[in-house]
Amino acid sequence: MNKSFSYLLFFIIIAITACKPKAGKDLLVSDDFQKAIQEKLINAQDGDVIELPEGTFQLTQTLFIEGVNNVTIKGQGVDKTFLSFKNQEEGSEGFYISNVINFSLSDFTIEDSKGDNIKIKSADGLVLKNINSRWTDGAKETNGAYGLYPVESKNVLVEDCEVSYASDAGIYVGQSVNVVVRRCYTHHNVAGIEIENCINSDVYENKSINNTGGILVFDLPDLPVANGRNARIFNNEIKENNHKNFAPDGNIVASVPPGTGIIILATDSVDVFNNKIANQKSVGIAIVSYQLLQRPYNDTTFGPYTSAISIRNNQISTNKLIVDMSTELGKLLFATFRLPMDIIYDGINNPEYIDEERNVKDGHQICIKNNGEEIKFGNLNAAKISNLKDLLKYSNTDITPFDCDFKGISGNKTPIQ
Amino acid sequence: MNNRILYITLFLSVIFTACKSQSGVQLPKDPKGFKLLSEYKIFQGNLTELMPVEGVIPYDINNPLFSDYAEKARFIWMPEGSKAIANEDGSIQFPEGTILVKNFYFHHKEKRQIVETRLLIKFKEKWEVYPYIWKEDQSDAELQVAGGTVPVTFSHLDKEISFRYTVPNKFQCKNCHNADNILLPIGPQIAQLNKIYSYQSGEKNQLDYWSEIGYLDYNRTTETPIMASWENANNDIASRAKAYLDGNCAHCHNSKGSASTSGLFLKFTELDPMRWGICKTPVAAGRGSGGRQVDIYPQHPEKSILVYRMESDDPGVMMPEIGRKLVHQEAVDLISEWIKSMDASPCK
Repeated sequence: MNKSFSYLLFFIIIAITACKPKAGKDLLVSDDFQKAIQEKLINAQDGDVIELPEGTFQLTQTLFIEGVNNVTIKGQGVDKTFLSFKNQEEGSEGFYISNVINFSLSDFTIEDSKGDNIKIKSADGLVLKNINSRWTDGAKETNGAYGLYPVESKNVLVEDCEVSYASDAGIYVGQSVNVVVRRCYTHHNVAGIEIENCINSDVYENKSINNTGGILVFDLPDLPVANGRNARIFNNEIKENNHKNFAPDGNIVASVPPGTGIIILATDSVDVFNNKIANQKSVGIAIVSYQLLQRPYNDTTFGPYTSAISIRNNQISTNKLIVDMSTELGKLLFATFRLPMDIIYDGINNPEYIDEERNVKDGHQICIKNNGEEIKFGNLNAAKISNLKDLLKYSNTDITPFDCDFKGISGNKTPIQ
Repeated sequence: MNNRILYITLFLSVIFTACKSQSGVQLPKDPKGFKLLSEYKIFQGNLTELMPVEGVIPYDINNPLFSDYAEKARFIWMPEGSKAIANEDGSIQFPEGTILVKNFYFHHKEKRQIVETRLLIKFKEKWEVYPYIWKEDQSDAELQVAGGTVPVTFSHLDKEISFRYTVPNKFQCKNCHNADNILLPIGPQIAQLNKIYSYQSGEKNQLDYWSEIGYLDYNRTTETPIMASWENANNDIASRAKAYLDGNCAHCHNSKGSASTSGLFLKFTELDPMRWGICKTPVAAGRGSGGRQVDIYPQHPEKSILVYRMESDDPGVMMPEIGRKLVHQEAVDLISEWIKSMDASPCK
């Protein structure tokens, strides 16, 4: 198809759409739209702004764009432009974007891809803004994994997005450097927001409600970018994340107990402050090492420990009566503490950071301070035991060893507007 | 126009064609490529017979990629006077203007249907890729940068299979042909080319033949590596399985490829069993895990994610993600056998 024809087609599509009184309800099933938009993406030149028209478009294949600078793809708004991958036949992502510099994607709704709705790999300078990414058939194990999935990228900004019903993480930023996730609303996902193996991240002013787990900061082994660190989680509203865990087994989030606010796993230097964390039925904030998951790994450079953590000035409340026991981790928490806890620490720090008097060396402590008078704290103290069955013997609820201030944890280092 | 002029024109054009046959191949000036495959003048006579002009050399590789049981006819052309150089790692540095041609076709009731011709052309320092889709009447093929689908029926092991063959778009091509975000050919490497080919002039090792005609600067020795083939029953099961995964997965699943984020690296030369997937937990598999815990569970194909994803034709589960619509049952059997034959090592 030549260019003028594809423009004509676009024009026709826009014209048709304009005539429809209720855009968004009628589906335009069209191989030609697929082709027209894909050709536009292929022919995109540096600096182009590609507009997605108003209407609902059924797509059967992943939309690819690759190797461009300063390109913007822009819909007409989350309630005007709908890209549906419900009948996807080819590829697993909705959008797959790779190897781009200063790339922006905004103002549309994307639904029901077989895998990830939007995956971006190797971007330097990425903005995802005002996007609604969702699966429309409710919470199902067969839903795609990630709603928004930037990976191996630098200078990532995700803002004002809504993500729901992902069978893994709604917003998942992986193996990236300098990351901001702000003002997003994630709900009915297994994990609301997951920051995995990232360096320098700020996650703030988000709402994570009714996921299985609200916000996860994870560091995983056996990956090219190892040892995530430097994250700040602040001013978020994290409540009622009690949703059934519907992640397919084998995935790490399948081990997240329903009713989890925040998990910090195997990551160094995380500052969690000024968050409202309410009504989770298992735990408000969990600080755990990779060992606790009892998953195998083989990576000698991987640090499984969680060190240098500050938990301060959060409002935490758990008013449920019983811990969810549908996951191994949940059972373990139940066996140890029975009641839902506001903050749990597994007590496993890096042995290299422990001095002869069994104190944690400066700069590596876990500091928990000013999270309310009535805070329910539990220390699994698992470093002392060789068998998890012995947890009951050593666990305690003494928060005093963690009364310290940890200053100077940094997050994102790129200026943003 | 009277007959005389017609004959003269015809005569002149015959002479013209004859004179050009030495280097009849046309390189597009515009990196957008020609609209029609015929414009390259890679083939002579009836296009559908894929009869190469002089200088266009057919070749084959030891361990090809599975593409929905498509048969493939590969050709290479280089501008006169230029030649390729072998790099130390066994890859080949091609000269500017090189054209790699790969035709995909199916047989049904002894009739051949060519569906697609992919060209890789080297401009200056950069390769460009061009997918051409054949017209239904097989008269020519048209450039379709956005790819497309072609209904195909073919025979395989006495069975008749009908499906919609997918021609990848330009970007999907790069998804596989990708090393550190640079598009590179995958097939023509020393170890892959190191095999006998039946030329019209007789049988000859391809590396020797390419050197002889001045396409390649290379002295083949007995030390020259030969890529193992998954189909070669003389090889042990592990090398056959690894050869299959190398040829079908490793172009993405390596530390510089599109699947670098997974940490699963399937190059034949990878030595770390965890990188191979043995007892390795997935990173971002989503429902691709199928509820299984590790990529390869020794002795247990039914607990191995690798096998689950090879057995699937669901776009959200299947591997490879693109370039395959059908399950490659022979390969599923091979990989399953291999996993069964491994030493027991219960994954924790």
